[in-house]
Amino acid sequence: MAQENLLYSKDHEWVRREGESVVVGVTDYAQHELGDVVYVDLPAVGKELKKGDPAANIESVKAVSDVFAPVSGTITAANAKLGEAPELVNQDPFGAGWIFKMIVTQASELGELMDQKKYEEYLKGIAGE
Amino acid sequence: MKALPKLMFELSREGKIGCGLNEADVPAAPAVDPALRRGDIADFPQLSEVEIVRHYMALAQLNYSVDAGFYPLGSCTMKYNPKINEKLAAADELQAHPYAPCDLVQGNLEIMARLDWWLCELTGLAGFTLSPAAGAHGEFTGMLVIRKYLQEKGDPRKVVLIPDSAHGTNPASAHFAGYEVREIPSNAQGIIGLEELRAHLTPDVAALMMTNPNTLGIFESNITAIAEALHANGSLLYMDGANLNALLGVVRPGDLGVDVMHLNLHKTFATPHGAGGPGSGPVGVAARLLPFLPVPRIVKNGDQFEVVTDDPRSIGRVKNFYGQFLVMVRALAYLMTLGRENVRRVAEDAVLNANYIRKKLEGKLDLPYATSTLHEVVFSDQGLAVKTLDIAKRLLDYGCHPFTIYFPLIVHGAMMIEPTETESKETLDEFIGIMETILREARENPDLLRQAPTRTPVRRLDETLAARKPVLKWSRGGDM
Amino acid sequence: MRYLPLTDAEREEMKKIIGIADVKELFSCLPSGQCHPPLDKLPGALSEPELVAAFRDFAGKNSFSGQLSFLGAGAYAHFIPEVVTYLSGKGEFLTPYTPYQPEVSQGSLQAIFEYQTMMAMLTGLDVVNASLYDGATAAAEAVLLAVRRSGRGRVLLASNLHPEYAAVIRTYVQNLPIELQTVAVAEGSGRVDEPDLRAKLDETVAAFIFQSPNFLGVVEDARAITAAVHERKSYAVQVVAEAMSLAYLATPGACGVDIAVGEAQSFGLPLGFGGPYLGFMAVREEFLRQMPGRLVGQTVDLDGKRGYVLTLSTREQHIKREKATSNICSNEAWCAMRAGMYLAVMGKHGLGRAARACHLNAAYFVSGAAGLKKIRVVYAKNFYNEVLIEVTKGTAAALTAALKKKGILAGVPLSWFDRGQKGRLLLAFSELHDRRAIDRLLAALGEKA
Repeated sequence: MAQENLLYSKDHEWVRREGESVVVGVTDYAQHELGDVVYVDLPAVGKELKKGDPAANIESVKAVSDVFAPVSGTITAANAKLGEAPELVNQDPFGAGWIFKMIVTQASELGELMDQKKYEEYLKGIAGE
Repeated sequence: MKALPKLMFELSREGKIGCGLNEADVPAAPAVDPALRRGDIADFPQLSEVEIVRHYMALAQLNYSVDAGFYPLGSCTMKYNPKINEKLAAADELQAHPYAPCDLVQGNLEIMARLDWWLCELTGLAGFTLSPAAGAHGEFTGMLVIRKYLQEKGDPRKVVLIPDSAHGTNPASAHFAGYEVREIPSNAQGIIGLEELRAHLTPDVAALMMTNPNTLGIFESNITAIAEALHANGSLLYMDGANLNALLGVVRPGDLGVDVMHLNLHKTFATPHGAGGPGSGPVGVAARLLPFLPVPRIVKNGDQFEVVTDDPRSIGRVKNFYGQFLVMVRALAYLMTLGRENVRRVAEDAVLNANYIRKKLEGKLDLPYATSTLHEVVFSDQGLAVKTLDIAKRLLDYGCHPFTIYFPLIVHGAMMIEPTETESKETLDEFIGIMETILREARENPDLLRQAPTRTPVRRLDETLAARKPVLKWSRGGDM
Repeated sequence: MRYLPLTDAEREEMKKIIGIADVKELFSCLPSGQCHPPLDKLPGALSEPELVAAFRDFAGKNSFSGQLSFLGAGAYAHFIPEVVTYLSGKGEFLTPYTPYQPEVSQGSLQAIFEYQTMMAMLTGLDVVNASLYDGATAAAEAVLLAVRRSGRGRVLLASNLHPEYAAVIRTYVQNLPIELQTVAVAEGSGRVDEPDLRAKLDETVAAFIFQSPNFLGVVEDARAITAAVHERKSYAVQVVAEAMSLAYLATPGACGVDIAVGEAQSFGLPLGFGGPYLGFMAVREEFLRQMPGRLVGQTVDLDGKRGYVLTLSTREQHIKREKATSNICSNEAWCAMRAGMYLAVMGKHGLGRAARACHLNAAYFVSGAAGLKKIRVVYAKNFYNEVLIEVTKGTAAALTAALKKKGILAGVPLSWFDRGQKGRLLLAFSELHDRRAIDRLLAALGEKA
């Protein structure tokens, strides 16, 4: 399920604000759809991204998925632990399975993301299809 | 049960000899700088010939094969591989060096020319290149031909249309040819609708890549109208010939408006799959595209065959040498064996067998499209308490290779079944019986499926571990 | 007909069950106008003896068999132990499908895992894939891999690459945003011109593709080349057209090469008039996830038993579709298994012996050719198994014609690939040649007229 105080994108990324920066990962729904994660291709620190640019790449046994920048910004950190333990994305998607951090350059874009309630409704809508 | 075979490196012992070759009888006077030499090949296997034979015999016993049983794999056309073709392909007199002068290999050149002729007759196209090594290679070649043709006309265009039911090599091949892929959804009948096509047919469309029959086993019945619409738009029609087994001798794609198509000799033309290859993917074209075919080309000059290796209008060379020649030998032998009397029988029996299976399983599995199907049929996992994967793994316990699973992507839990014409009615009935048993187990004791297979040399393998911690070779001191 | 098991009675029964009277009804979805075209132009079916006779006729039109051949240039005649032919021809290895259902494919999977292992030992690199089509397309895939991984758009090609390899690379990149540039060859040594390489290397170059032994038969100084290439953080890609050289010369891995590709036909595959052959690709670990082609990996099953599976398939087209690392699907798996069988049978000592014989035979020729008047050896230093000769009296065409009359095929004229290269021939030597055969060649080259 979704967590409080997080924001969500339509591509199932979650966003946690930490001052001027955000931490980004994928939601429980996303990790479930992907299956066992085997590899995460992380972005380079310093990389500048626009909202919607592919930032990282998650490989499972049966699929490959882009993780998009939910807002525009510059990468400040990537979760190196995922190199040895990509399964953290499955086991703890909102915690130890975080993927990257970035400094937000267009704060207004945060307003375009969904809050927990909207995301849960969004998930219900997908299930209904 | 017998233990699984060790790796040859684990059986290797210092000093064992496997081959019967003498040292060179010339003076031992190497002329290369010692700094350019390698050292010993550490850990390279050392086994006697006897142990090597035993090793591979043990491996052989772990393999399922067409020679051993049924492969109802959709879009793979796993038909029987004739043994006489193996013997013919092994003949010493055919094993020429590819750079042997033309006058010494007229027989080989004639074999290639003859196969080209047969393929033109069967497809209604004007000429073939035999260079491509596999279907995907043929698709790439075909897309390059299309692009060069359009380029000469002044505009290579930007987009290739591909239906959502297409095999993954189609968009990949279009991409490598420099095109953007635009997906067309299949309609409720499971085919490309004419209106849907028109809606996507913008001036920047170079071609439509169509598989016919498509991966649902359904004939793209709008093909002639689609070809007309494409041609009116200055676009071309590419046909993926993977499913030609349904049409052999019944209809010729060239007659339906196809401009470029590839064939799979390892599917329709009975050459062996060899656990993944070698295949061969000849590409045929309509007359106006002939100049763009790759080199080399076999031409007849009087009564002599010659090879053309230079042609500025050609897309260039797509492969070393001539292509998969020994695969071509098998395909030609197959066609000469079938002859005019049997070519159409192949398609008729293939389609009959598939429809027989469809009729028998229709009430028991969900059929997503009511449209009639030809040589293959696709069921979905709707209404089942188990996953398609579990059914597939349980089939292994009954000694039957599963059908194609989870493809095409547009059917949920797809089960694609193609029996081919080389299966007897007994085999089909046995398969149907096994499926009925498994479906009953699915209702009464689904764990049997989820735990399957239990009667194979290994059980389900941990693919996650294999991808997370890839071990792609043996090494001394490695674990396991 | 023996490949069509259905009897007429069974066909009737099946039609009744389906609910049709004529099989034609199953094709009613086809446009009736074009359906059932006349097939009378097709020849009639041949019985098995007739088929054998027909192919004997084809074979009868070939006349290369009696010739003593020194042809090479990318395809090499080697000794193939009979046991390799026997094992590879077994239906259990020849007729299975791709091992997507690993539980019933452990034979194929383990055999290819063993092949991957041996090729890694021979190339000195970390990962080898389960085959590409041939050396030329493998070289093209290496170009795409280097561009993909580096994000740079320029690739340098040595001008002494096999011309067909260079041609295939050009075909593959023709519609992609990749710029190719050639690096010159030093006339005196037959090797890559290092100053020209250094002049052309910069931060926009993804990779330098060189061949060793190169098309002129000369072994390159791979260590010097890779050092220069790595200074610009580009990738060093070595093409190996004669895989046997891997058992004799310093490995690509030891020389610092990042990607090694080439042709492994020499490992147990017949000349077969050009195919099917066996493209190989070996890379350093860092390229693993962008590498094209199938890969067999080791794992365990539910009971903890060791087993093998196709792995890292998400790189491939059936999942990534237009974003795939390559479009390759069917590969040369059987050829790879056969090469694995060959390498196992030859083993450490047999392979070493064969690889050594190739060079010693070439060296014996070169030393014997020193006194010849009609030809001269162009590069008498640092060759492996192949030697470039220049015809000094008369034309190459006249020489090869004269030799053919004496039952000798020597060799591949460079003018076939480059009209400017008149008078030059490539001669290849293998462990199948012996002193007598080479003496015969030398005598034929030494004769008047």
